[in-house]
Amino acid sequence: MDSNMKMRAKLTGDVTEVKLIISHPMETGRKKDDAGQLIPAHFIQLVTANLNDKPVLEVQWGTGISKNPYLTFHLKGAKVGDKITVTWHDNLGKTASGEVAVVQA
Amino acid sequence: MQRREFLNILAGTAVAMLMLPLNALAAIWNKAAFEASKLEEATKNLAINGEIPSKDIEIIAPDRAENGAIVQIEITSRIPNTEAMSVFVEHNPTALIGNFMFSNGALPYLVTRIKMAETSDVKIIVKAGDKYYTNSKAVEVLENGCG
Repeated sequence: MDSNMKMRAKLTGDVTEVKLIISHPMETGRKKDDAGQLIPAHFIQLVTANLNDKPVLEVQWGTGISKNPYLTFHLKGAKVGDKITVTWHDNLGKTASGEVAVVQA
Repeated sequence: MQRREFLNILAGTAVAMLMLPLNALAAIWNKAAFEASKLEEATKNLAINGEIPSKDIEIIAPDRAENGAIVQIEITSRIPNTEAMSVFVEHNPTALIGNFMFSNGALPYLVTRIKMAETSDVKIIVKAGDKYYTNSKAVEVLENGCG
């Protein structure tokens, strides 16, 4: 798993709860630094989540998501040991992925 | 046609991401909607229209947020066949916060943390089939979180 993303996926009954947090500045482009210079916009625009390579969640974000974005979502149909993969892309062309296996809660 | 456009924009994301080079991602991200300052302009650019007020969209958010930089929201749609949710903060410099599309067993539920510049409604629009539904929750913000 990438160090910039923390993920976990826990199965309770037939619902898997996926929680993730990504280390990212999510700069709006409207904030100034100590020298009074505008800090350029730097934010995640797209996030996709796959269950065993099948897309389950597709997200577009603007600058209004908090720094170090946090997301919880719920899935039906996942089993213990199934693979959840999350990939993000930001406005500067950076990208990263994280992967976690579903565990019993 | 407009409604189909909205879905296509969202549905195209995953496929397009596999096929396009990184610098083409800008074409998938709905720039016009995300950069719109007014809520009406953002919804227009997402081809959303005729949204119906619905209590089947549950929004859990604080009544008062001390710090607008981090406001946690939890959204559940009990509307059958919910495909997508959009989150807006009416009084932010740009109203559209995010679009979330669910498929292949993902439930119409999410928790995330958003920035709020000032006291505002958090407005959710749900897409189910060819219809749009909406609900709002007022959040009082004590400290600007959009810096």
